[in-house]
Amino acid sequence: MYALLAWTWTRAAAQYPVSMLLLSLATAVVGALDAVGIMLLFAHTPRIAGFTAAEVLFLYGTSALAFGISDILLGGAERLGQHVREGTLDALLVRPVSPLVQIATEDFSPRRFGKLLPAALVLGLALPRLDAPWTAGRVAMVPLMVACGTVIFAGLWVLAASLQFVLVDSHGATKSLTYGGAFLTQYPLTLFARDFVRGVTFAVPLAFVNWQPSLYVLDRPDPLGLPDAARFAAPAVAAVVCAVAAVAWRTGLRHYRSTGS
Amino acid sequence: MGRSGTPPAMIEAVDVAKSFTLRRRAGRGPRRVRTTLSAVDGVSFTVGRGEFVGYLGPNGAGKSTTIKMLTGILTPSSGTLRVCGMDPSRERTALARRIGVVFGQRTTLWWDLPLRDSLTLIRRLYRVEASAHRRRLAELTALLELEPFLDTPVRQLSLGQRMRGDLAAALLHGPELLVLDEPTIGLDVVSKATVRGFLERLNAERGTTILLTTHDLGDIERLCRRVLIVDHGRLAFDGDLARLRQAVAADRMLVVELARPGPPVELDGIEVVRTEGPRQWLRLPRAANAAAVVAGLAERYEISDIALREADIEEVLAGLYRGDHAYTPTPP
Ligand SMILES: Nc1ncnc2c1ncn2[C@@H]1O[C@H](COP(=O)(O)OP(=O)(O)O)[C@@H](O)[C@H]1O
Ligand SMILES: [Mg+2]
Repeated sequence: MYALLAWTWTRAAAQYPVSMLLLSLATAVVGALDAVGIMLLFAHTPRIAGFTAAEVLFLYGTSALAFGISDILLGGAERLGQHVREGTLDALLVRPVSPLVQIATEDFSPRRFGKLLPAALVLGLALPRLDAPWTAGRVAMVPLMVACGTVIFAGLWVLAASLQFVLVDSHGATKSLTYGGAFLTQYPLTLFARDFVRGVTFAVPLAFVNWQPSLYVLDRPDPLGLPDAARFAAPAVAAVVCAVAAVAWRTGLRHYRSTGS
Repeated sequence: MGRSGTPPAMIEAVDVAKSFTLRRRAGRGPRRVRTTLSAVDGVSFTVGRGEFVGYLGPNGAGKSTTIKMLTGILTPSSGTLRVCGMDPSRERTALARRIGVVFGQRTTLWWDLPLRDSLTLIRRLYRVEASAHRRRLAELTALLELEPFLDTPVRQLSLGQRMRGDLAAALLHGPELLVLDEPTIGLDVVSKATVRGFLERLNAERGTTILLTTHDLGDIERLCRRVLIVDHGRLAFDGDLARLRQAVAADRMLVVELARPGPPVELDGIEVVRTEGPRQWLRLPRAANAAAVVAGLAERYEISDIALREADIEEVLAGLYRGDHAYTPTPP
């Protein structure tokens, strides 16, 4: 269903091929700037905190790729807040498809893939330059960690979206939208809280998405001395994050109260 | 659809209630107090297959809230609700395949897409077969005269065009039940007539059960055989239009213009409902003999003009909302 909807939106977007191409390029260039920044950093020092340029690029590439894919798939879920505030979620709820899928595919355009280009490029650059003992397990770990990372980030998008049900409600934005006025002063607050929550939630599991599995791939000791099992915890963490996200989503939806007309 | 075991009733509501918790600022400072607002306060009714029911009430009566519960958008605070034999809030997605929903005040179409693309998305969402889709789209395009604006982005449609587009979107999957929240609100006379004519045919020819909310009496008079009247979250009337008319006939209004302003006139068996300078409105009970009342008045007061008129349906409703008429539930 997701693919079907994404395809329908893509066809709608394809009516403006030039703007689509330009936007894809712009997205790719902005992303590539990050990678250039890392390169520049290493132009003067061969190692940072004991990591070589290739290793840092590997860390960056894998996490950026995972984040990029999750962003393509579910990044649109961010718009839930808007739908809740404006009461337009009502329209999504009367259709036989999860509103999450509907929101995530809304405006789907191949330009979103532009975000993947720099990440894939960086990873492509880093992999051959890594000085890692490439066993079968280590090779398999690379796609696995990208996959788990994608799932974890996707779960976090859903979690962040679920929080919007609460944030909108607790700031009375739903009500003030109905009754005007106060809405404008409360809106930045909601926005701020959302950014903060997003920062924290995305930073913490990053350790499992990226850091721990990378230690395994690069065959390095953990500076924090966590047990070795932590290096393989990504799938378990992914499962837990998904379960939490699913519960949060259902709870949020049940507490949705629409807006007065 | 013809599923086995489908109950005869399309909608069964028993003591359904919905309350909202509101947080209000208490005076100055950040402290907020919670208050509870009963939007729908214990409503019971049944809608059978093929019925055309109007859900009528003033603003804020709880009509939209009821619709949102029927469609699974909101979970009732208490009571039980079955629509097409399902619990709407628990089986929302399954129910969505069998009902069509139209919100007069906001579109379910995609703002930036041409109507045609919106309808294609709808087809995907409901997994309608290509051939069935083509057939229904052609049919709806003809009935609702969509052709001239099929390729216009929804944003640029007039309200009347948008409403017709929304109707098509709600019916593409061939629902058994169509629920409409204020479908004629803000429409001009011509668009209203198109929408009403379409709904009438849909109900008569396809047998689609229709429930619509409105505060437009024209909708009710033209379309609905049965009326539910809701006020302050409670049912104030449930019966057919004829019974509502009977209630209308029960009261006639005598407008008397006295020679000079004075206190409300006094006469046995009549009640002054309004005075405005020398003019007074008198309610005549159905049993009262108008001629006798006029004669009685002329005897005691100096009257410069007098007019007798049947109370219109709006006044009866206003009376219902005030609680003037006792509500007697119709036996099922
Ligand atoms: N999401 C909501 N939050 C708080 N109050 C609401 C909400 N939705 C409706 N209400 C209140 O519930 C009452 C009934 O509203 P509604 O069902 O929209 O009335 P109607 O559609 O008959 O005009 C109103 O007083 C309205 O302010
Ligand atoms: Mg309403």
